[in-house]
Amino acid sequence: MLYAFKIAARYLTASKAQTSLLIFGVAVGVFIFIFMSALIGGLAEFILSRTAGDLSHVTIEAEAIEPPLLLEETSGVVLLAREKDTSRQARLTNTDAFLPVIGQLPGVTAVSQQITGGGVLRRGAQTMQVSVIGVEPENVSAIINLKRYLVEGTVALGSGKILVGKKLAEELGFRLGQTLRLQADTGIDQSLVVSGIYETGSGGPDRRQAFVSLTTARTLFAMPQGISRIEIKLTNLYDADGTAARIEAATGLPAKSWTEDAAQLLDALKAQAQTGLMLKSFALVTIIIGVASALLLSTYRRRPEIGIMRAMGAPRGFVVLVFVMQGALIGLFGGLLGAGSGYAVLLAFPSREEFQPGNLPIDIAQGAYGVAILLTVISATLASILPARAASRVDPVTAIGQ
Amino acid sequence: MSALLVEVRDLWKTFGEGEAETQVLKGLDLSLGVGEMSALLGPSGSGKSTLLTILGTLMQPTSGRYTMLGEDLMRASEQDLTAFRNRHIGFVFQFHNLLPDFTALENVIFPTAVREGRETPAARARGRALLVRMGLENRIDFPSTNLSGGQKQRVAVARALMNSPELVLADEPTGNLDRASADQVMALIDEINREEGTTFLISTHDDKIAGRCRRQILVGDGQVTG
Repeated sequence: MLYAFKIAARYLTASKAQTSLLIFGVAVGVFIFIFMSALIGGLAEFILSRTAGDLSHVTIEAEAIEPPLLLEETSGVVLLAREKDTSRQARLTNTDAFLPVIGQLPGVTAVSQQITGGGVLRRGAQTMQVSVIGVEPENVSAIINLKRYLVEGTVALGSGKILVGKKLAEELGFRLGQTLRLQADTGIDQSLVVSGIYETGSGGPDRRQAFVSLTTARTLFAMPQGISRIEIKLTNLYDADGTAARIEAATGLPAKSWTEDAAQLLDALKAQAQTGLMLKSFALVTIIIGVASALLLSTYRRRPEIGIMRAMGAPRGFVVLVFVMQGALIGLFGGLLGAGSGYAVLLAFPSREEFQPGNLPIDIAQGAYGVAILLTVISATLASILPARAASRVDPVTAIGQ
Repeated sequence: MSALLVEVRDLWKTFGEGEAETQVLKGLDLSLGVGEMSALLGPSGSGKSTLLTILGTLMQPTSGRYTMLGEDLMRASEQDLTAFRNRHIGFVFQFHNLLPDFTALENVIFPTAVREGRETPAARARGRALLVRMGLENRIDFPSTNLSGGQKQRVAVARALMNSPELVLADEPTGNLDRASADQVMALIDEINREEGTTFLISTHDDKIAGRCRRQILVGDGQVTG
């Protein structure tokens, strides 16, 4: 083993130009692999952070309350239409006992109790229908990172304060610190001071949503007890389905994963991942072909030497080992060079946090450096098997006679 | 009569098939004793090289019997023949056939290193001693490509002796050397044969080389004729 390694290393160092070219070729393949990993991974992260990133990953919501039927049971067929009653608030009660249980589940990073409902914001003669979300002041940025999107004011939500989107503020023409009137669909009316204006870049939250404290929401929606829903944030949003199932099992509450309403997004992400996988596979195939063809040429060029080795009593396995080790060494050095240069180039790109629209959303952390090196060593080793077998079959008599 | 080292009986070797079939060895018989130094003589195409190749276990005969050190080499597997060759047979070719990317010492110790899987200190010591014996003490760590033709051939002789083989097969070992270098190589072969009892079978067209051997074996038309 050691001696085969020595000969493999000697063969590689004996043809420095050829070996350097070969390692460079492999490094280019690895560089492409790493660049594609960082780009595809970064793009997926970017899309998710701009879509599902601000969503609740698991939501526990009270089931809608249907208004009671006033008709008594009759023997015949009765046709009737029942209008949905939007004023009746579905609520979750006695959730306090479950919150610590949910918070301790693996992967759960935040649990936010909310009271939600509809309302009309009024400033002077102008009105706008909005969706009102009442959150605990300490959890205001737990689901949507309002702190990050804040353009004016503060996210601190005290009693009588409201956070609104920038588009809503523009349409109603109010500024930070001004007072608005919010009439909830329960009919309850309250004056609120604009404590912060945010801009998520998404139409819905910026134009049609407003955040108040949980206490304010209790007053507005006449809910002294209970809450409308619990939103849960996870470390890995792909674990949402499993976590939802665990929550249901642990609490008996109806938990819904974000993926149930995001099939199209998931399909797009899968397609994107498959495209990346295909491109990375092409890079690996290029490495395999490059290494195999170079080692085949080397086998042909070294036929007389292989013949001499065989005549001196070198077993076929030894010859195979010499060429397979050359492949592995080329893969290792090409992998290290490609991964190193890939990392160096990716450093020049802005990090995920500093990403600006118009740039490539490359995530240096997703370069898959170790995987790239490992796969390259394996690929180059596999690529060397064919030339190695060809070398081991060299007939010493004809090879020495060349 | 010395103890029997090699015994070949009714050895046949045929190349090709049908109309292209050529019989190179035709029932050849040969015995070599331990410590013999023999010259293998004969015109081109008489089968000398084929015989050496078969004796060196690099080629299987078509039929016949070949035993060395009492082992029936006709029945041995390819793997066993490789191991046997490494341990018991040394080769010296007309063209030195050294490994070009290796030093003189690395070439010499190759047969031992490949068997043991590494270059042991003992192998290096023996390799150095052999090179000193060949008069190459100043060329031990020289790249083999930097040696003269005579020096290369002496390295090849040292390599053939590295594993202390019982039989060394030499195919025109001086055919590519000038007279002075040829004499030097033959003197070394003669010395090793006398001092260590290694059996040499030397294929040559050179009468002077043949004259230095104590036995001449004449091959003609695929058989030993004298």
